[in-house]
Amino acid sequence: MPALPLDEAGKYVAGAYVVFFTLVVLYVSIMASKIARIDRELTELVELAERDEQPEKEPVA
Amino acid sequence: MYSKGLKPLSIATVVAMAAWLAMVFFYAPLDADQGFVQKIFYVHVPLAIVALCGFVAGGIFGVLHLRKRDRTHDFRSYVAIHMSIIFGTVVLITGSIWARASWGHWWVWDEPVLVSFLVVFLLYCVYYPLRFSIEDPDRQARYSSVFAIAAGAFVPINFAAVRMAEKFTHPRVLSQTGGSMPGEMRLTFLVGIVAVTLLFITLWKFELTSKNASVQLKRLRRRLEATA
Amino acid sequence: MIGTARAILRKDLTIELRTKESVPAMTLFTVVVFVLFHFGLDRDALDGDLASGVLWVTLLLAAVIGVSRLFATEREQGGLDGLLLAPVDRTALWLAKAAAMFLYLTALELVAVPTFALLLLAPDLLPALPLLVVTLLLANVGLAAIGALVSALAVETRARELIVPLLLLPLVVPLLIAAASVTAPLLRGSQDPEDLGRWLGLLSLYDVVFVLIALAVFDFLLDD
Repeated sequence: MPALPLDEAGKYVAGAYVVFFTLVVLYVSIMASKIARIDRELTELVELAERDEQPEKEPVA
Repeated sequence: MYSKGLKPLSIATVVAMAAWLAMVFFYAPLDADQGFVQKIFYVHVPLAIVALCGFVAGGIFGVLHLRKRDRTHDFRSYVAIHMSIIFGTVVLITGSIWARASWGHWWVWDEPVLVSFLVVFLLYCVYYPLRFSIEDPDRQARYSSVFAIAAGAFVPINFAAVRMAEKFTHPRVLSQTGGSMPGEMRLTFLVGIVAVTLLFITLWKFELTSKNASVQLKRLRRRLEATA
Repeated sequence: MIGTARAILRKDLTIELRTKESVPAMTLFTVVVFVLFHFGLDRDALDGDLASGVLWVTLLLAAVIGVSRLFATEREQGGLDGLLLAPVDRTALWLAKAAAMFLYLTALELVAVPTFALLLLAPDLLPALPLLVVTLLLANVGLAAIGALVSALAVETRARELIVPLLLLPLVVPLLIAAASVTAPLLRGSQDPEDLGRWLGLLSLYDVVFVLIALAVFDFLLDD
């Protein structure tokens, strides 16, 4: 098959690279939401840990 | 632990990818036969090679896991296979786009790399149902490693078989491009491989770190909720 | 280890001869699929590539049935624990199961190949027979080795009937390519000499690699 004219070929090439980059960006956004969740959980757990410390301190004080 | 070296790695990835893209569009010459469409190769082929190496690496980590009984190796194996499947999806899509642009069909059976990649991809898709249908975590890790090893050994054999099966009447487009590439094309191609490999490793480490953090948090939570 | 393997094999063959669960089912399935192909392709006679493809794909699908049932007795009657408690090499179990699978496939082909020649094959089978037999036996070795491994992998999973075909079929693609490539010129009726050596070489390589892999990793399965 002869080579496609530049404007037609451009669409296919652009399509291929767009797919690639969409995937990378998609992955980054999924990673971002995972990090957000980890951050949230960590905050919760810190609260949980600090809450546990309080009642223990009372009798000593 | 898993995130060691992540920052310099990410920076290297960005630099490599920028260089690669610049070279693809500004440095590499236009292919005489295929014209502009040939540029798809610079993204499709490095992705395919890296994905296949990722599968084989999954097998190697499987071997390490079984020999050293260290679950972190199984973890690395799992994430490597996971990333290769993701990269593999892009390989198949870009391969299809290239097939459409070159031959007019959205899929061709004449391209050995594409066909053997499809077979490998389908095989590794079974990794997930196999892994998650086993409940005991220790056994799950072991069986997954066995699969990773068998499938990893399968990759080169399959590639060789499909390549041999290809009829010699059809021109091997990829090897034409690969065998007699002018210097600029070859350099661009190599930079592409380096860039995609760095991308794979960076994303792999990201995934390892994130998954590990989730698991550790779960353990921590269980510990704290028990003593509360 | 050979002794243990032989004992397990003898037990499996006795059960198979008595219950006739695997081989007759595989054989019947194969013949039915040949008939389906007759209707599906709307052809009375095949030769060359088409005949080779139909024969091998059908044999592979029948092999899936056999592989699914390889560990059936152990699963259903709990014999697996007994075997695992005994101080024997796990590999003996693989060897026995692979040998059983090899015998089932050979028995299947003794019926299936003449049936295929009768129902669907255009050219005469006899001149092609020696090389065809060699190819079948080589393929059986590979299928048996992989089949025993896949069957063990799937023995503990909940979705066994789905996992076995999904695992087995992609893994045997190189085997299919090699076997079909050897068989196609054999079934063509014309006597052009072709370079079958490299395909038989690939088939043998496949067998060697997967037997070695199975031997290496089988011990890690069924570990409790």
